[in-house]
This record gives sequence, structure tokens and C-alpha cells, in this order.
Amino acid sequence: MRCWIERQRYLIDFTFSSLMRRRARNLMLFAVYALVVFLLGSVMLFSHAIRQEAALLLAGAPEVMVQRLVMGRHDLVPASYLETLKRFRGVQEAEGRLWGYLFDPASDANYTLMVPSARDREHRLEAGETIIGQGVASARGVDVGETLLLRSPAGEFLKLDVNDLLSSDSQIVSADLILLSEADFRRFFRLPDGVFTDLALRVSNPREINTIIEKAARTMLDARFITRRDVLSTYESVFSWREGLLLALLGTSIMAFAIFAFDKASGLSSDERREIGILKAIGWETRDVMAMKLWEGALVSLSAFVVGFLLAYAHVFLFSAGLLDPVLKGWAVIFPRFTLVPRIDGLQIATLAFFTIVPYTAATMVPIWRAATTDPDMVMR
Amino acid sequence: MIFLEGVTKVYNEGLENEIRAVRELALEIEGDKTTVLQGPSGSGKTTLLTLIGCLARPTSGRIGIEGEVVSGLPERFMTEVRRKTFGFVFQRLNLIRGLTAIENVMLPAYPLGLDHGRLHERATDLLDMLDIPNRAGTKIEHLSGGEAQRVAIARALVNDPRIVIADEPTANLDSSLTKQFLRIIERLREERRTVLLASHDPRICGADIVDRVVTMEDGTISEGGVVEGSV
Amino acid sequence: MIFHTPIMAMLLASGLSSATIVWAAGFGIRVLRHWDIESGSARQLAMERRTHLVSTALVWMMVLELASLLLFVFNADRMSVMFAGSMCAVGTLNANPFGFPALMMKTAVFFGATLWLLVHRVDLKGRDYPLTRPKYGLLIAMAPLALAAAGLQLTYFLGLHADVITSCCSRLFTAEAGSIEAELAAIDPGPALLLLFGGLAVVLGLAILTRRFERAVAVYALAAALFFVADIAATVSAISPYVYEHPHHHCPFCILKPEFSHVGYVIYLPLIAGTAFGLAAGLLPQRPPPASMKTELPRIARRYVAISAGLFAASALVALVAIARSGLVLL
Repeated sequence: MRCWIERQRYLIDFTFSSLMRRRARNLMLFAVYALVVFLLGSVMLFSHAIRQEAALLLAGAPEVMVQRLVMGRHDLVPASYLETLKRFRGVQEAEGRLWGYLFDPASDANYTLMVPSARDREHRLEAGETIIGQGVASARGVDVGETLLLRSPAGEFLKLDVNDLLSSDSQIVSADLILLSEADFRRFFRLPDGVFTDLALRVSNPREINTIIEKAARTMLDARFITRRDVLSTYESVFSWREGLLLALLGTSIMAFAIFAFDKASGLSSDERREIGILKAIGWETRDVMAMKLWEGALVSLSAFVVGFLLAYAHVFLFSAGLLDPVLKGWAVIFPRFTLVPRIDGLQIATLAFFTIVPYTAATMVPIWRAATTDPDMVMR
Repeated sequence: MIFLEGVTKVYNEGLENEIRAVRELALEIEGDKTTVLQGPSGSGKTTLLTLIGCLARPTSGRIGIEGEVVSGLPERFMTEVRRKTFGFVFQRLNLIRGLTAIENVMLPAYPLGLDHGRLHERATDLLDMLDIPNRAGTKIEHLSGGEAQRVAIARALVNDPRIVIADEPTANLDSSLTKQFLRIIERLREERRTVLLASHDPRICGADIVDRVVTMEDGTISEGGVVEGSV
Repeated sequence: MIFHTPIMAMLLASGLSSATIVWAAGFGIRVLRHWDIESGSARQLAMERRTHLVSTALVWMMVLELASLLLFVFNADRMSVMFAGSMCAVGTLNANPFGFPALMMKTAVFFGATLWLLVHRVDLKGRDYPLTRPKYGLLIAMAPLALAAAGLQLTYFLGLHADVITSCCSRLFTAEAGSIEAELAAIDPGPALLLLFGGLAVVLGLAILTRRFERAVAVYALAAALFFVADIAATVSAISPYVYEHPHHHCPFCILKPEFSHVGYVIYLPLIAGTAFGLAAGLLPQRPPPASMKTELPRIARRYVAISAGLFAASALVALVAIARSGLVLL
């Protein structure tokens, strides 16, 4: 065992000096490798972070949302629905929610206006007060203690004192959010009392959700029920699918990279071939040479992977994935700026490794073998 | 010590440019002696060294070394035998540029996974013995021809081989360096190592340290080609 | 759902390893027909040279299969949010009928690759490569297995749709469900544990017998395979509930999760490795015994048996510790 470790140490030693001796060529390979890792890594980290944001958004969402449909379109829900729903067994709580979108020409962005739930003690607001997301704060240049001025669709102005900023553990959810009191909200959108945007249900036993929905749907014919699960799996599949599609397109770049690696590995200079011949003649076995070459691949892979991954991390989480967000976010154009909260997990890293290290190894294995089986007697000729 | 029976080596078998470099060759080489192969270029000297040194497998025939038949061994075990038994000094030296002298000397021992300190010590001792102690850390490309050859010899000796093989060792040396080389060979002989040289240099074939001269022609030993003592 | 990133990664891996093994099996056929270690012919030299590529490729494939196996389970667990009714890997795997067969095939391929490499390692020690023919025979036998695994996996992923309502471990591994999984869960913990520790005793006893009788190695290999099945059964029926401290939670996957301090890996990995060593030991003895390794071969076989038995014992010990530390009392 010790002998084996010593042997690997010698091989790594030699590999390292051999890499250094052909610095220019290996730097080139390293750069391309790191670039591929960077590209793929950016896509994965970004879409993973977005998916997590969505999951976080939904984690706080009620088990069931109830909307009313009029001519197939989402309409306001009268408060009478609340009473009906509360009568179903298993419904722990039903609450009307008020929220809506506002396009703000001043900052050229869409905001979400929302009345915090009555159960949300942390964000309780009086009339004339507001709590806003980081994105809104920076877009409008207001801070805590200052005044936010909003212009309603009817052309009236609403003056709100900024009480607080929303915490940033999920920026995509909260960045565009403006919380305000129910009175202000109804006045701002000229909404009569007794109607809500939609309703939220809390159910005591999650296993009963489907039964409750079935029963409710039979009596409330114009209502649509959306469970948290539905939304989550839609998000999951939409984002996974987009990410996957993008990666499939990037597959060509993986292909190109593999061909490049193959080419680099098979285009041994006569110098290098001779070197391998010498090693074999003086007592190295084919497998020693292969081990040496595989170490070389491992060193290059590992360093390129780490560097590419760190760059991707910086790109996504420090520079808001400037290169990608039009593709993956879709709605981002009218969204205020936000930065993603860093999130990495093992599955992501493993997958990224599969997409980069595996094709590299596959592409270089045959050339490595060819080089390693150089006849030792060539050095005598 | 070494025996060859009916050994044939064909290169590019079955192709148009097929070459029978060695044919039906039989030879015995005694241990602890210095033997020189001589003959014109293309006579098969180098191929013969290649076969004896386990660098290639004969196409047919048997080769035995120290009582063991090595001609049928797979590459892996041939390498093992080669590493344990032989030290090579190649005509073109074949040192690896970019590495230092001592690194080159240690190279054959890398796959053995020896203790680094002891290996380094052994390589230093060898360079000492060959009178180039202060060049250990110098890169190969900065050494003179004579120094480089001594590094190559040190490399050949690092695994303590019983048999040392050298191919045209003096082809690029002037007479004083040649004398120096012969002194090294003499020392190897005193250490009871078997030395096998291929050379058509009269300074070698005629040297008194040579025990036996074998003359080759067209891939086999020529008539009356084995002479005891130097010629 | 093949545009899901980890799924694409697994498809890439299985595509590569299928290609590798088909190519290697093709080479294997040539070896079976023409291998002659005595010859110095160009063909033999070329074949010997090629074996280096085959063995390196298979080492690589084994690593890939192991990684892909872990990724498969991991990803199934992660994807469970997408399927109504699923809480962990089981639900995802159960989202269509190909999930579990794919998992089993993948495990079998990983087994095969490990087995092959163990035999290969021994083969390299003999001067005339005495095990070359059986080794490549094994390789050829593995090829359809690998293709089946790749095919099942592809079918499974192609048939995966987010709108499926699946059933998860709580429903699958309950005694009333009437499937194989349910049969396993329905075994009483008493007999199951008896099977596990009794089986271990038999296996250890056989391991001691192999020190004296060479023939016992073959019996041991068979016992190792059976012990693998017994251990899995015992894990489903008894060990899992102990780990979860819940008498009706029988899921063999949840024990891989961090909530249960990944104890599943410590149970399964030694079990798999132990089985591979045991099976490899069974393949080693040759008739007639090769001259180059007359004493060496049985010695290595006995060592493999010892390693295998040790790994089995380790796996069972972990299970025992898990049971001892559990707050649940089943017996």
C-alpha cells in the first residue's frame, strides 16, 4: 500500500513537471476546459437558484388557492365564497388575499402590490405605511424613513412611508414587492369592499386536500383550485426543461470540446512520443505511462473544473448572470434588478462533473492508450 | 547467462516493407564478462540488443535470461524483467530534456515506488561515482556530451542491474572521453556485471577489457564470428 | 422528461458505458477465439496491447456506473417534489413501471464491472494471464446486461411525466399492498433478523471452511449472492423501521437521507462490495489449475472470501448498532 502511494507520488511529480514543460499547450487546453465548465456551470447554477427561489416562494404559499373564473378568465372573488369554503370539513382557515400588478413608468418596471396576510404579524401595516423589496428600493432610490410615491392606474397619487425593507433570503420573490394596508390597496385600485383577488385555504390534514377540492368543486362551479403541489411541479418542470434545452444546445459545445480534447491528446509531438518511448525502455510499464497520463488529465480537469466553477459562481451570484438571464428568466426584462441568493448543492456539482469531466476522459482515453503503447524499442532505432 | 535459440525478428510483418532484422540466430553470452557485438550497420546488432534487453518480443525462437525463458512473457512481465535485469545506455542517450540530471537518473525507479530519500541518495552516489557530483541539479540541455553520457550511465545503473547494455556508446565521443568510458566499463566488470556493447568502433573492439567479440552479418552471426578476447 | 439536467447526465453516462462495453465485448470475442499467450505474432501483440485500453476503459466505466447509480437514487429523491403522491426516491421510481427494474439493472451492471475488475486484478498477477478467457467470457455476458440497463433507464426517463400521481414508500412498502415490495415489508421482523444474522453466521462459517477445503469457495460465492438478497429483505422488513423508529415505515431509500445520518450508505456499500468479492472468489478457481498460479490462485480466492466476509460482518454490525440505538421495540 505504501509502495502504491509512493508510486503515485512519483507519477504525479513527473506529470506535474511534464505539464510545466509544455506550459503553452496545456494552458490552452486549460482555458478551453475552464470556459466549458464556466458556461455549463452558469446555466446550472442559475436555473437551480431560480428554481429554489420559486420553491421558497411557494413554501410560504397556502396549500390551496381558490380563484374565480369568469368566461375562463381570472376574476375577483366575492367574500361570500369564503363563508362557503369555511363550512367544508377539514378546512382549517380561509382567507381573502389582495394583490395586483402595477407598471411604473418612472422606473420602467412592474411591481407587485400586496396586502400582507392578517396572520403575518411581522409585516403588519397601518394606512399610509409600506414595506418594500430591495429591487423597488433601488429602482426608486428610496430607503427606510423616506416616502414612496405611486401613481394609480386612475392617475391618482398615493404617498406611502417606507417602514422597512424586505429581507433578502429570496430576492426574486421579494424584489418587486410593495406591501401596503388593505385600505390603501382598495383605494388605490378603486376596489369595492367584499371582493378579493383570490382566496387562500389552509387545510389541517394535507392528505385530505384532494377530497376537499373535489367536494368544493362540486358546489362552487366557477371556482378554480390550485394546490401548492401543482404550482411547484409546474415550476420545476418548466425551469428544468428550459435548463435542459439550453444544455442540449450547449451539447454542441461539449461535443466541440471533446473533439478538441481528443485532438490535443492525439496530436503528440514527436518529442513527447520519444519521451514516452524512453520511459518505457528504461522500465516503465504501459500502465505506468497510462497512469501518468490519466493523472495529467485529472490535474487539468480538476483545476479547470474548480476555476470554471468559481467563475460561474461569481458570474451568477455576484454579477446576476448577465449573460444568461434573458434566456432563462424570460420575464426579467420588466423585472427590477435583483441578485440571486447563492445556492449550491452536491447534485449540481456532480451533474456538472458528468457533463465536463466524463466527455473529456472519454475523448482522451484512446489517444492516451495509443501513446502509452508506444513500442519501447523505438528509442533504439 | 543469456541464451538465444532460433531467434527471428520480423518488422512490419505481412506488409510490403517487411524486414527480417534477425534470423534464426543462436548465441550464448556468458555472465560477468564484457561482450561486444560488431558488424556493419544494418547487420542486426541493435535489433539483437533490443531482443536480449526485453525491449521487444522475438517473432519466433526462445530467449532465456538467467535460466528463465523470457521470450513468451507478456509485456508487463517483460518490463519487470527488463527493469530488474538490465540497464541501458542508448546511442542517442535519450535523456529527458527539461528535467535535471538527478531526476533523469531516478526516473527508472519511479514505478517501483521506493522511498524517496533512499532513491535520491542512491542517485547522488551514482553521480559521485561517475565524477559529476556537482551537476546533479543541472538540466540535461545544459550538460556537455561527456557529462550527459555519464548521466545516462548513472540512469542505467540506478536499479542495480546485472546486465548493462550499451548501443554504439562511443559514436559521438573523442578519444579522451572514450578512454573515460572504457574505464567505467572496467569498473562495471569489476563489480561483476555483465556488459554487452554494440559497436563498430575499433577503440572498443580492440580494448583489453573486452572478453569476447561477436561479429554479425545480415541478421545472424557470421561464420567464425565469435572470437574470445579483443580483436 | 429527458431535458432534466441530471437525467441528461445519466443518459450520457449510460450511452458511453454501453458503447464501451459493446466494443469491449467485441474485443472479448476476438480474445476467446485467438488468444495465445505463447505466440509473438503481430495479432497477439496487438491484442495484448489492446487489453490495456479495455481494462482502463472498464475501470472508468465502473466509476461511471457507481456515480450514475448514486446520481440515479439521489436525483429520484430530489425529483420527488414533482410527482403528486411521492415523498422520496421510491415515489419517483414508481412513477412508471420501469423505475425499479432500471435501478436493479444498474446495480447489476455495477456489480458486474466490479466483479470483472477483481478478476482482472488477479489475472494480471499470473505470468501467462491464466484468467484471460473466463475474464472476457464474463465481459461478453455483461454486455447485454449493460444494454438492458441503458434501455430500461431511457424508457423510464422517457415515460416520466410530472402529472403522474404515484405512490410512495408509505404505500408501497406496507404489508397490504400485495407486491414484491409489500411481501418484503410483510416479513415479520423476527424471522427477518434471524435470516440476516443467521445468514451471516452461515456465511462466516463457510468462510472459515474455505481455509481448509478449496471447493467451499464455490459454495461461498453462492451463499454470498443469497446473503445479499437476505440482507436487502431484512433491511426492508426490520432494519429500516428501526432506523426511522416507526414500525410501518419500511422504505429502503429513506435511510440514505441525511436525516438518518446517511446510515444507508454504510449498510449498502459494504454489502455490495462484499457480494462482489464473494462472487469474484467463486470465479477464481480454475480446472485444471494454471501452472503459473497453482498456489497463488487459491490463496487469493481465500483472501477475497475473507474480505467479503469482513464486509458482510461490517454491514451487519452497522445494522445491529442502528437497531441497538433505536428507540423502537419490534421484538
